Amino acid sequence: MLEIEIDGNAVQVPDGSTVMDAATLAGVYIPHFCYHKKLSIAASCRMCLVQVEKAPKPLPACATPVTNGMKVWTHSETAIKAQKGVMEFLLINHPLECPICDQGGECQLQDLAVGYGGAHARYREEKRVWVNKNFGPLIASDATRCINCTRCVRFTTEIGGLMELGQAHRGDHAEIMSFLGRAIDSELSGNIIDLCPVGALTSKPFRFSARAWELSRRRSISPHDSLGANLIVQTKHDKVMRVLPFDNDRLNECWITDKDRFSYEALASEHRLTSPMIRKDGEWRAVSWQIALEFTVAALQEVVGGQGGQALGTLASPHATIEELYLLQKLARGLASENIDFRLRQRDFRGDAVRGGAPWLGMSVVDIHDLHSLLVIGSFLRKDAPLLAQKVRHSALRHGLRVSAVGSSAEDWRMPVAARALVAPAAMAAALAGIAAALAAETGKPVAEALAGRLPPDIPNNVRAIAQSLASGEKNAVWLGSFAVQHPRAAELHLWAQEIARLSGAALGFIGEAANSTGGYLASAVPGAGGLDARAMIESPRDAYLLFGVEPDLDFADGAATMTALDQAQLVVAASIFDSPALRQSADVLLPIVPFTETPGTFVNCIGDAQSFHAVALPPGEARPGWKVLRVLGNLLDLPGFNQDDAKAVRDEALSGDIRACLDNAIGELPEAEDPSPAQTSRLQRVADVPVYFADPLVRRAASLQKTADAAPPTARMSASTLAALGVSAGSRVRVTGTGTVELQAVADESVASGCARIAAAHPATVALGPMHGNLSVEQI
Amino acid sequence: MSARALILAGIGADADRTWRLQDYVARGGYDTLRKIVAEKTPPEAIIAELKTSGLRGRGGAGFPTGLKWSFMPRAFPGDKYLVCNSDEGEPGTFKDRDILRYNPHAVIEGMLIGAWVMGCTRGYNYIHGEIFQVYLRFEEALEEARAAGLLGQNILGSDFSFELFAHHGYGAYVCGEETALLESLEGKKGQPRFKPPFPASYGLYGKPTTINNTETFASVPFVLKMGGEAFLGLGKPNNGGAKIFSISGHVNRPGNYELNLGTPFPELLEMAGGVRDGRKLKAVIPGGSSAPVLPADIIMDCTLDFDAIAKAGSMLGSGAVIVMDETACMVRALERLSYFYHEESCGQCTPCREGTGWLYRVVRRIEEGLGRSGDLDLLCSIAENISGRTICALGDAAAGPVRSFIKHFIDEFIYHIEYKKCLVPLAVQDLGSQINVNVSPT
Repeated sequence: MLEIEIDGNAVQVPDGSTVMDAATLAGVYIPHFCYHKKLSIAASCRMCLVQVEKAPKPLPACATPVTNGMKVWTHSETAIKAQKGVMEFLLINHPLECPICDQGGECQLQDLAVGYGGAHARYREEKRVWVNKNFGPLIASDATRCINCTRCVRFTTEIGGLMELGQAHRGDHAEIMSFLGRAIDSELSGNIIDLCPVGALTSKPFRFSARAWELSRRRSISPHDSLGANLIVQTKHDKVMRVLPFDNDRLNECWITDKDRFSYEALASEHRLTSPMIRKDGEWRAVSWQIALEFTVAALQEVVGGQGGQALGTLASPHATIEELYLLQKLARGLASENIDFRLRQRDFRGDAVRGGAPWLGMSVVDIHDLHSLLVIGSFLRKDAPLLAQKVRHSALRHGLRVSAVGSSAEDWRMPVAARALVAPAAMAAALAGIAAALAAETGKPVAEALAGRLPPDIPNNVRAIAQSLASGEKNAVWLGSFAVQHPRAAELHLWAQEIARLSGAALGFIGEAANSTGGYLASAVPGAGGLDARAMIESPRDAYLLFGVEPDLDFADGAATMTALDQAQLVVAASIFDSPALRQSADVLLPIVPFTETPGTFVNCIGDAQSFHAVALPPGEARPGWKVLRVLGNLLDLPGFNQDDAKAVRDEALSGDIRACLDNAIGELPEAEDPSPAQTSRLQRVADVPVYFADPLVRRAASLQKTADAAPPTARMSASTLAALGVSAGSRVRVTGTGTVELQAVADESVASGCARIAAAHPATVALGPMHGNLSVEQI
Repeated sequence: MSARALILAGIGADADRTWRLQDYVARGGYDTLRKIVAEKTPPEAIIAELKTSGLRGRGGAGFPTGLKWSFMPRAFPGDKYLVCNSDEGEPGTFKDRDILRYNPHAVIEGMLIGAWVMGCTRGYNYIHGEIFQVYLRFEEALEEARAAGLLGQNILGSDFSFELFAHHGYGAYVCGEETALLESLEGKKGQPRFKPPFPASYGLYGKPTTINNTETFASVPFVLKMGGEAFLGLGKPNNGGAKIFSISGHVNRPGNYELNLGTPFPELLEMAGGVRDGRKLKAVIPGGSSAPVLPADIIMDCTLDFDAIAKAGSMLGSGAVIVMDETACMVRALERLSYFYHEESCGQCTPCREGTGWLYRVVRRIEEGLGRSGDLDLLCSIAENISGRTICALGDAAAGPVRSFIKHFIDEFIYHIEYKKCLVPLAVQDLGSQINVNVSPT
C-alpha cells in the first residue's frame, strides 16, 4: 500500500495506482475527457492536470503513478490554471451549438465548461470544420464536435477487438475516421456513443427525438442473449426512446451489445399485435379480449376434453420471462399435458433423462479473468454471446488465457485462438473423443470406462494441441455453445465435453442461447414423464398447439416442418408480441402479449442470477403482459393455482427453492436410444448459425439493426475446395436442397469446415430448407 | 576556415567519394571496435570513459551519453534494442544528413560499440524521410559492413553479434521525438508516448531501448580512440569535445562546421564568411528552430557550448545556427516558425494540437496587418498555457520562439499592429531573401 495526500486528505492506495485512482478512492473529482476506467491510458486531453509536490510542472492524474508520501493538489491555483488553460484549448475549435446538439444536457464538455470555461472566448480566428463521416446505420457522426480524446478508437481496438476507427492526419487536422469509410456496426460498436464525451458520436436511431433531461431512467434486463446485461431504459411519455447500459461489474461492466441497445426500435414496430384476433371463415378479425379468451378456453377444452392432454403441444420462447414460462407450464399441466418445451432449436433430447440439473455457464463471469485455458465447443461465440466473447478476448489479450475451439466454422473471434479443430458437424464427437484420448495420455488419467471403447485410433496434431493447452493450465473451462446444443448428437457432445472437463480439471459450462435458456429449466417449462419434447411435438404432430412468443417459421430447428405440423392441427393458439404472416397462416387465435419493457418479469441468466425487472412503458392498444393473460386463462379454465396478485408472487412461486442447487451440468450415461442424427447420404452437411440480428422476434424488427452487415440475407458459404468439388463457382447462384429447396448465392469462405455449407437459419429465405443440421445438395443454376 | 576535428576530419572536396568502408578504415575507422572486441573491454570501462569525456547528446537535449548508457539494464533477459535517431527534421539542422552521407561508418561503429556496452542484439537507424538518397547510401554502408564481418553474427570472429537495420521515416517532424520514433518504427502512427516509463525500461516493442542521435553515435569511436580526458579537453568542463554546427541564413558560406565546444560565436560567424553582403547582424537562433532567438548583442558575447547558451536564455540544441541580418522581419520569421509547428503538431494532446494552430493564426494575422491590441498578451498567454502541459517537448518548442521573438523584438510586433506593416521595409526584406551565396561543400 502507498500513502498519498490529496487536497490535504491522506489515503492509502494499492501499489501501482495512479493519482486518478487515488482521487477516486478519496472521493475527489478530477476533470477528465480521455481517461476512462475500462480503457488504456492516453493522457492526451490534459484536462486532469494536477499539482504534484516537487514536480516542476502540472502532471496528468490519469497517468502519474502514485509514489509513497506523494502530495497532490487538484484544486490549487496551479492545477486550476492548467485545467482552465486546457479547457480553453478544447473549446476553441468546438462549435458553439449546444442548443442543437444531441449530447446537450449529458455532455461532459458542456458540464466541465461550466466549471472551467471562460465566459467569453478569446479565440477570434476562424474555426476548423470537418465533414461528417458515414459510420453506417447505428452511429451518427458530427465530426466538428470531436475533441480527439480517442476513447472510441481505444474502445474498438481494445474492447471490440478490431481497429475500426483511427485518428488520421495530425495537429488540428487530426480527425477520427473509419478505415476506408467502412460502417461501424460490429456487435459492440454502440458503446462508443456512450464513451464519446461530446456530441461527435451519437445514436442514429435516437438522435433528434428527445432531450436528455426529458427522459426517465428505468432499470431493466436484456431479453436477448444469455448474459442478461443490465440496462437503463429511457422513456418519454411512457414510450421507450433509447437503451443504455447499467454498470454491473459482475456481468456486463459498462458495456451492452448493439442488440441490447438498438432492439428497442422494434417496440414501436408497425407489426406489433395490438388486439386479440380470431380467424373466422378464413378471415382475421380483431375481437375483444373476452371473446378471444372465451374462444380459446372453449377450443382448448374441446381438444383436451376429447383427446386428452396428450393432444396438446405447448411451445414457448426461451426469451419469455420466468413468470410467463412458469404459468404456461402450469396451464399445460393443468390440462393434463406434459408436452411443453422452450428449447425450440434443439434436436437431441436424450440427455433429458440423465441430466443433473439446469445447464449454466458453470462459473461466474468474473472468473473468466483468471482462466488459464478455455475450450469452446460449437459456438459462433462473437455473435452468439458478444459480451462473453469480449471477456474472453480481454483475458486472452491481457492475461494470457489460451483459447481453443472445436466447431464447424472458424469465423474471426477477434482474439488469438491457440488451437482449433475445424470439422464437419458429424465429426465433432470424434474430435472431442480425440481430445479426451490425448488428455488421458497427457495427464495419465484413464478415460471413463463407458467411453474408452469409442476413442479414435489417430489423433491429429491440432486436436492434440487443444488437449495440451487444457492439460497445461490449472484453471480451465470447457464451454458448449449453441451450435453444440442444437447439434443432432448434442447429448454425446455433452458427454465428451464432460469427460474432457473431468480429465483436465475444467469447469464445464453452457453458454446458453437466450435470456432464459437456464431459466426455462427452473420454471419447469420442459416435458415431464411421458411428455414430448420440442422436436417430438413437431415430428408427431398434435391436434392442438399453444404457442407463446414464438415465430413458428423462424424460431425452430426446422421451421418448415413446424409450419406443416401447425397447418394440420385442429387448433393453434398463439400468444405473440408481433403479428406475422406465418402466424396468420398457422394460428386460429392470436393473443397480443408484450415484450420485456411492458411487463414485470425475471430472466435467469447463464450464471444463475435471477434478475427481475419492472415494466417501463405502456403496452400499445389491447396488448397485455403475458403472465396476466395466462393467469386469466388459468382462471377461465378453472385450473387451481392461478390466483397470484402480482408478477412477484408468480416469481416467488416459480423460483421457490435455491437456484444454485438446481444448476448442474452433469450428464449420466446415455440410454441406448436410436441414433438421432440423419444418415449420411450426401457429400455436404449444413452448418446453420442463427444470425445475431435474426435471433429473436424483437431484433428481427429493429429497423436500424436490420440495415447492418450482420443482417445481410443468408448465403451458402463454403470453402474453396468444397465449392470446387461441387463444381460451383463462388459468387454464382445455387439451388440448395435439404428437405426443401431454396436459391442462394454461393460464397467462398475458408472459415467453414470442408464438406460443409454454412447457411444461416432463422431467416425467411432459408426456412424452406428444413432442419438446421443434416445433408444438403447444391447445384449451380 | 572550418575546423575538421573529428567526424568530418579528412572529408574534403571529394566527400561524395570518400564515404566507403575502405576510406573510413584508411582514416582509422573501426580500430576502436576491433580493439574492444579483441580485448573484450568491459562495458563499465567504456561507460566510465564516456562519462569522463563529458560527451552530451547531440540531438538537442544534451543529456550525458555515458549516464544514458548506464541506465540500460544489462542483465535484462531477452531482446534489448539500440536505436539511432537520424530523423533530423528541425528547421536549420542538417548535420546528421552530412554525417550519414560522408561518414556513415562512424555511425555504424558507434552503434556497434553501444551494442557491445549495453548488450543489444538489434539496432535500427531511423532516417528522416526527406533525405531518401542518404537512406540509400546508409543501406549501402550497412551492406559493406555486413560483408566485412563487422555486422551480423559473430562480429570479427568473436561471439559478439549485432544486427543493424536502416529504416526511413515519412517526414513527420514529431518522429524525431524519441518515443514517437519508436511508435513509428513499430509501424504505428508516430505519436509520442507518455513518460514514464522511459525507453530504457519500456522502449521499442516494450523492451529496454537506448536511443541516441546520429552525431552522438558517430562521436563515440573518436571519444574512445583519443580517450575521455583528451575529448573533454577539446571543449569545456561539462561540455566535452567538438560538435558540428549547421549554420544557415544570412551568412556568406552556410554549411556544417565542426568546432570545439566553447568556441566563441563570432569565430563561427567568421568561418561562415560573415554576415551576407556585409550587412548588420540582427538575431541568431542558436540551436534549431525550437531554441529561443537571441539578439545580436547577446549572441556575439556567447561561446558555443550547452551551458553558455543556456545562460544566455536559449539552447545549444542540435547546433543549428540560424543567422538573420537587418533585412529580416521578425514577425514574418515567427510566422514561418509558427506555421511549421502548427503543421507538425501530432494532434495527440490538446494544448499543442489546438494551441499551435491558435499561435499561428494570430501571428499570421499580425503579419497580414490585421493585428489587434492585446494580441501580444494573448500570444504570451497561449504560449504559457502550452508550455509544460504537453506529452512531449513539441509544445514547448512551439511556445519558445513566440515568447523569445516577442521578448526581444517587441517593437517590431507593436509596429506591425499599429501601422499594419513591417518595420523593415519590404524592399529591404527582398534584398535579404535573394540567394546569391556559395554553399560550403562541408
